[in-house]
Amino acid sequence: MADHRTYAHPYIPNTVPEVRDAMLREIGLTSLDQLHDAIPDHLKLEREMDLPPAMNEYELRRHIEGILAKNKHGADYLNFLGAGCWQHFIPTVCDEINQRSEFVTAYAGEPYEDHGRFQALFEYQSLLAELVDMDVVNVPTFDWAQAASTAIRMAGRITGRRTALVPRSVDPDKVAIIRNYCTPVMNIRMVEIDPATGKMDLADLQRKLDGDTAAVYFENPGYLGMIEDQGADISRLAHAAQALSIVGVDPISLGVLEPPARYGADIVCGDLQPLGMHMNYGGGQAGFIATRDEEKFVMEYPSRLFGIVPTEVEGEYGFGDVAYERTSFALREKGKESVGTQTALWGITAGVYLALMGPSGMQEVGGTIVQKAKYAALRLSKIPGVSLRFGGTPFFKEFVVDFNGTGLTVAEINRRLLDEGIFGGKDLTASYPEWGQCALYCVTEIHTQADLDRLAGAVRAIVDTGTSAAGASGEEQTP
Amino acid sequence: MKRIVRDRKVRQFHQAKWDEPVIFELHRAGERGVIPPQAEPAVTAEAGGVQDAIPANMRRSQAPALPEIGQAKVLRHYLRLSQETLGSDLNVEIGQGTCTMKYIPRINEMLIRNPRMTELHPLQDVSTVQGMLEVYHHLDLAMREISGMGAFSFQPSSGTQALLAMASIVRAYHDSRGEGEKRNEIITTIFSHPSQAATAAVKGYKIITLHPDEDGFPDLEKLKAAVSERTAGFVVANPEDTGIYNHRIREFTDVVHAAGGVCYYDQANANGLLGITRAKEAGFDMCFFNLHKTFAAPHMCGGPATGALGVTDVLKPFLPGPLVDQAADVGYVLREQGEHSIGKVRSFHGVAQTVLRAYAWILSLGAEGLKDVAQIAVLNNNYLYHKILQIRGASAPYIKGRRLEQVRYSWKQLTDDTGVTTEDITRRMCDFGLHYWTSHHPYIVPQPFTLEPTESYSKEDLDEYIQALEHISNEAYTTPERVRTAPHASTVHRNDESSLDDPRQWCITWRAYLKKTEPSTVK
Repeated sequence: MADHRTYAHPYIPNTVPEVRDAMLREIGLTSLDQLHDAIPDHLKLEREMDLPPAMNEYELRRHIEGILAKNKHGADYLNFLGAGCWQHFIPTVCDEINQRSEFVTAYAGEPYEDHGRFQALFEYQSLLAELVDMDVVNVPTFDWAQAASTAIRMAGRITGRRTALVPRSVDPDKVAIIRNYCTPVMNIRMVEIDPATGKMDLADLQRKLDGDTAAVYFENPGYLGMIEDQGADISRLAHAAQALSIVGVDPISLGVLEPPARYGADIVCGDLQPLGMHMNYGGGQAGFIATRDEEKFVMEYPSRLFGIVPTEVEGEYGFGDVAYERTSFALREKGKESVGTQTALWGITAGVYLALMGPSGMQEVGGTIVQKAKYAALRLSKIPGVSLRFGGTPFFKEFVVDFNGTGLTVAEINRRLLDEGIFGGKDLTASYPEWGQCALYCVTEIHTQADLDRLAGAVRAIVDTGTSAAGASGEEQTP
Repeated sequence: MKRIVRDRKVRQFHQAKWDEPVIFELHRAGERGVIPPQAEPAVTAEAGGVQDAIPANMRRSQAPALPEIGQAKVLRHYLRLSQETLGSDLNVEIGQGTCTMKYIPRINEMLIRNPRMTELHPLQDVSTVQGMLEVYHHLDLAMREISGMGAFSFQPSSGTQALLAMASIVRAYHDSRGEGEKRNEIITTIFSHPSQAATAAVKGYKIITLHPDEDGFPDLEKLKAAVSERTAGFVVANPEDTGIYNHRIREFTDVVHAAGGVCYYDQANANGLLGITRAKEAGFDMCFFNLHKTFAAPHMCGGPATGALGVTDVLKPFLPGPLVDQAADVGYVLREQGEHSIGKVRSFHGVAQTVLRAYAWILSLGAEGLKDVAQIAVLNNNYLYHKILQIRGASAPYIKGRRLEQVRYSWKQLTDDTGVTTEDITRRMCDFGLHYWTSHHPYIVPQPFTLEPTESYSKEDLDEYIQALEHISNEAYTTPERVRTAPHASTVHRNDESSLDDPRQWCITWRAYLKKTEPSTVK
């Protein structure tokens, strides 16, 4: 056996030649190659893979940090992008807990070795339940879009119907995920929105509700930021057609906004990312689903649901899986959809966040966001040619800014904001071409008055110089 | 002083036991855990009151009944819960077969906490995320080399979501050829992960499940009998969860292709194959790797994770988008979806942290190191296999020869002899600070357990695990009550599970627990 390296790899202890050879001898072999005898020669890769050479830990750190240095982040730049991933304040304790070795590396332990994991997720379910005012919450799924998709399929199974109605104000990317997930079992039919207010067009909803409608899905606040204050009417219309009302919600709004359960929602879903997760280039998303504690709802969840139980010793809390037999782990294709690794660590983190914030913190953060967003919108809308697309409709943290009166494209404005160190709002021209040049701006509690004034000042300067200055700067910028 | 004798064969362990209350019981009115940023007076003056900004019928009428807890108490509570969680860092976690619980390099965990990773918004202008896109692109190139596939998407955020994406591509592919209606069956095997069947069913397919032949191999004759003009696809793992490698896999994919079906490969069990054999040569049209298994990203209590999805060039137009590409002059770009794209399966670009971890891990090993991984994982497994078969009451059904990276074992003999079951052993292994798992359902192998030692553990680590199993086997034959009544050294004792399947009694949240256990309502 020729030794092909002079030292053992730090991650592979049994590359120590003496140990490796002793183990081979123990199982009656003389070479490592014999281990793969079961694989026929015609399937074997008869060359070394063409990959970069191995680095030691220090080389790796230098290399990766060098690559990451090419990224500009939210501390270098002032960020007004939201659209499904939002920059919020993250309490330090959230990171302390979700970086704990035990939580980072745990997986499928039993209630006896992972009591803490079960309890932390049960507590997450319980804390979020208070926020959404419902009695059942699942172990988190992938993201809001997945949670909405599953909520719609749950409604399909509960009602025995095959259509869900969704307003056109929902993020087109989310609709793409919902459509893929629901095809071919459920049809997704779009409902018009009122072009002046951005709220759901109730007359169109009424027209489209029929005997095949399983659910009406809408959001609060919506993708475009608006607060949908017709929730009770929408739920009433859905229920009159024997359909369910599903509401997607940004949980950080629920310190100040009424929880959907109080305006008729049967299933509530949304994304946990605002509750303590860094943006992580979109890696902080995590979906939740909540319902009432009724068997017909609970038995349709695909997800794991952790419950509290007594143990054989008086005074001990135990935790376990509720109604495990409904899952695909138990029943394969006959289970409810599918279950597997999703986003449990973000559930634990959201629980830590809610425990830290308490009722006062949630109320304060919601209020701060509403005020700062309104302040920013007022500042921007005072700039000549700039207005709010749905000016009269109250909004939470996002709002659609209409630049049609400036003679500039959103792309041009954003390019020039970038030169000023600002990420402007998401360009909506591709998703909603009929609105012309509009962008979705996001303002949260992390923005200071100075940040918001700087944004307004930069936009004003860009608009003032108009197209004449276009291209004067930034052309030489290389990625 | 005297020499301290340490000649015991099993670890004297006790799991942390903090007797911790449920967090709501830590409430003290008025305490605060954190103060979030506030609005400046000038902002408040211009924006007006919060109430005025929200329609009257949408103002929260009753504050959420969250507990009020000081910061130190919150921290202490969750640190205690973390201590009551074992975690693969703290044990020889070879007991969770099929999940490749390997060492999680700390350098990678440090790198993903860089603010130039954590503070990136997924919609930032591509000129400001060139480093991130470089990582995506280079991982894509490495994955292509490892698998032989033509392009990868890192959007699917678990193995299950990758399987769903692959089933979606199968449907879109047949739809694009006008055969979507006709081809309504997907074939899988019973020793493959339940998500293969479940996700295909989510996409509306009828599932045909093949059982193995007497040696434990997927049965080629049964496959030939199952394929038809209704066959949309064939999904399989190789090796399957038995650790048995199907050496005739190319004949399987040929049979399916001849019938017009798409072959897709669950590579959750790829750890023994890196640099040895690839999806392409076995005839697969698609495959996925769990970056949180084979590529050393952590499991994080069950996600977030990545199921890296690779396809041949023919299926590239069906991938979810956008994809990272390299363009002349402008560096890395995001290309929108191909013409037949299934759209999206997850928001944005998947779990970027895990993409970075996997890339860093590959760089820390190189081609030679990846082959070491495969060889040592198989060596460790066959050493373990050799030793386990010497334990009284244990066996490994099906072929007697070597296995690849894992084995599904059976305690049937032990159960027949002693009445002690594999579930009892699950609870008893906790007492030695070790995780042990049985198998997915249904239990085709009676009284199953599934061990996968990976490349990460030393011979002494494996011996510790083996000795614990030997010890329990001896107990089963001599003092079976000791095993049946386990755990004895856990945070808690055995659960009373009678409420978990009863809608009148189950309690999925604290508020439900308080309602359902109210003294006046409990009978």
